[in-house]
Amino acid sequence: MATTACFIIVSRNDIPIYEAEVGSTVKREDAAHLHQFILHAAQDIVQDLAWTTSAMFLKAIDRFNDLVVSVYVTAGHTRFMLLHDSRNDDGIKSFFQEVHELYIKTLLNPLYLPGSRITSSHFDTKVRALARKYL
Amino acid sequence: MPAAAPRSGDAIFASVEHVNAELFTLTYGAIVRQLLTDLEEVDEVNKQLDQMGYNIGIRLIDEFLAKANVSRCVDFKETAETIAKVGFKMFLGVTASVTNWDADGTCCSIVLEDNPLVDFVELPDTCQGLYYCNVLSGVIRGALEMVSMKTEITWTRDVLRGDDAYELQVKLLKLVPEEYPYKDDE
Repeated sequence: MATTACFIIVSRNDIPIYEAEVGSTVKREDAAHLHQFILHAAQDIVQDLAWTTSAMFLKAIDRFNDLVVSVYVTAGHTRFMLLHDSRNDDGIKSFFQEVHELYIKTLLNPLYLPGSRITSSHFDTKVRALARKYL
Repeated sequence: MPAAAPRSGDAIFASVEHVNAELFTLTYGAIVRQLLTDLEEVDEVNKQLDQMGYNIGIRLIDEFLAKANVSRCVDFKETAETIAKVGFKMFLGVTASVTNWDADGTCCSIVLEDNPLVDFVELPDTCQGLYYCNVLSGVIRGALEMVSMKTEITWTRDVLRGDDAYELQVKLLKLVPEEYPYKDDE
C-alpha cells in the first residue's frame, strides 16, 4: 500500500531538528516542499492544543486535502509531527512511542546539545525502519 | 604472619560502596562535554582527560592496594592481570582480559568488552579525533607510576570509532628504582 508520509521533529523553540520522508511512494521534489509547508502551518494549532491536554499523543489535529497531521508532544515540548494519508491511529501511536524512546537515547548522549539538529545516521536508519514497520 | 589470600575481584566489588551507574556515566559525559566547550580543540581535550586520569590514578593506587589485599606482583605479566581482573572489576564493575603479550613481556593489550563510561554516547562529526575514555589510560599510567613502573598507554581499538571492543596497549618503559628521599649531607 503506497502511503505518503513526512515526519518532522521540532524542538520547543520551533526549530526543526530532524526531518524525514518516510512514506513508501517515490519522493517528488514539489511534494516534499508542500509537506513541510503544511507541517509548519500546523505549528500554531499544536502549540495551543498542547497546553489543553495532559496526554502526549494528540491525534489528528489538522487536515489538508486528504493529508492528515498527527502530533505527539513530549514532556520537554519537543513535537513529533507526522503528515500522512492513512488512517492507522494505533500504528501511528506506536510509531511515535518508539521514536520517543530513540529520542531519549539521543538526549542521553552527552555530546548532543538538546535543541540542535540530530545528525546521527544511526538514528536516521532506526526511524526509517520503524516507519516501515508501523506505517 | 602470612598475608590473607588476595580477594577476587568479585568479592571486593561486592564489598565496596556502589554508585548509580547512570549517574556515573552522565557525570563523566558532562565532564567531557564541558571540556569540549572550554578547550574546543579535540587534542587538548584528550591531553586534559589523560592528565585528569593521571591525577586520579596516583591516588587510586592507594585505595586499590588497601582494599584488594594483593601481594607484590612478581613481574609485569602479573601486574597486568591484576589490573584487568581485580582493578577494573573493583572500580568499574567490568572484567577486562589481557592479550597480545610481546616477546619480552613488556607490552600487552587490555581488552574491555563493555565500558560503563560510554553508555548512550555517539561521537558527532565535529569530535572525530576524541578519545572519549582517555581518562582510563591516565588512571593506569598514574597508578603504575606510583608503584615504580613508567608506562606508556595508547588506545588501539575504540568502539566509538567503529571497532568491536576497547583495547588499551600498555607498554612498560622502565622500572624506576625506589629513591631514598633524603639527601645524606643535609
